[in-house]
Amino acid sequence: MTAGTLVELARVFAGVSLLGFGGMNTVLPEIHREAVDIARWITDRQFADLYALSQAEPGPNSFIATLIGYQAAGVAGAVVSTMAVCLPPAALAYLVARVWGRIRGTAWRAAIQAGLTPVMVGLMASSAFILIRAADHSAAAFAVTAATAALAYTTNINPLWVFAVAGLLGAAGVF
Amino acid sequence: MFWAQRMLVRRRRWLRPEEFAELLGLCQFLPGPNVINLATVLGEGYRGLPGAVAALAGLLLLPMLIVIAIAALYARFGAFGPVPGVFAGVASAAAGLALALAGHVARPVIRQRPATSLPVIAAAFVAVGLLRWPVAWTLFVLAPVSIALVWRRSA
Repeated sequence: MTAGTLVELARVFAGVSLLGFGGMNTVLPEIHREAVDIARWITDRQFADLYALSQAEPGPNSFIATLIGYQAAGVAGAVVSTMAVCLPPAALAYLVARVWGRIRGTAWRAAIQAGLTPVMVGLMASSAFILIRAADHSAAAFAVTAATAALAYTTNINPLWVFAVAGLLGAAGVF
Repeated sequence: MFWAQRMLVRRRRWLRPEEFAELLGLCQFLPGPNVINLATVLGEGYRGLPGAVAALAGLLLLPMLIVIAIAALYARFGAFGPVPGVFAGVASAAAGLALALAGHVARPVIRQRPATSLPVIAAAFVAVGLLRWPVAWTLFVLAPVSIALVWRRSA
């Protein structure tokens, strides 16, 4: 671990934090590009694992940054990455909250939000595509992804139940 | 966010449901994790800067320690015995969850404005999902186009 890695982690996660209109799932492709393709902090397989962990644990799903930071540079990396991904949006939220009363009813505010949403949907679809490519390497794995997607789309099932079943199948060596 | 709503509105009754919806609107307008934005805005509303810092610290510190412990366990035992198999299963399920989330967000958008939203969704997917272009470039090109499309429609 070097100070250089910490600076890189801070740059990467602070950068993506201000792009994620609509949550972390819209910036996963960027995190993947930086952490797997460019910096090689983690492998494709680990990216899929860590995303799963970030969905299963308590707290905001921004903790994908904490998990990747730990893999890259231990505890210091985890702390730096968490702060980098949380503080810039928090500072912006703090500033905008003070003027929100004046801009919330304006037509341009509604147009910006309505215009950003389809871009974010495309980014979320990209995230799903990248995760599927990283996680699924057998017919059984694709089947689990498809079944989970169908269940989560059509019902209000707690995802932890699905994770438990999928984990047991995995432990039994299905994949 | 589900838990935030439950605690703030139903248990503690700090917020009325419509106040919560209003705050959520603000947080969804802003970049970054929604829960983080919510904590910041709420803390700011009660006590200004110290309130915002306190709310953020409360939201982040303990979970971060837990997550670091989980990360350490993963780094230590991730390749041990049946663990990779378990992760393979859970990762496939989590990928399915991400797909369902995209579908949930896509449905009302496509229903309301199919003509303007579908080309933008497809362009973003091709650029970022298939061509692996940086999200920032894609956003800088596509967001103004998409906002202009919405603006012309409503004007």
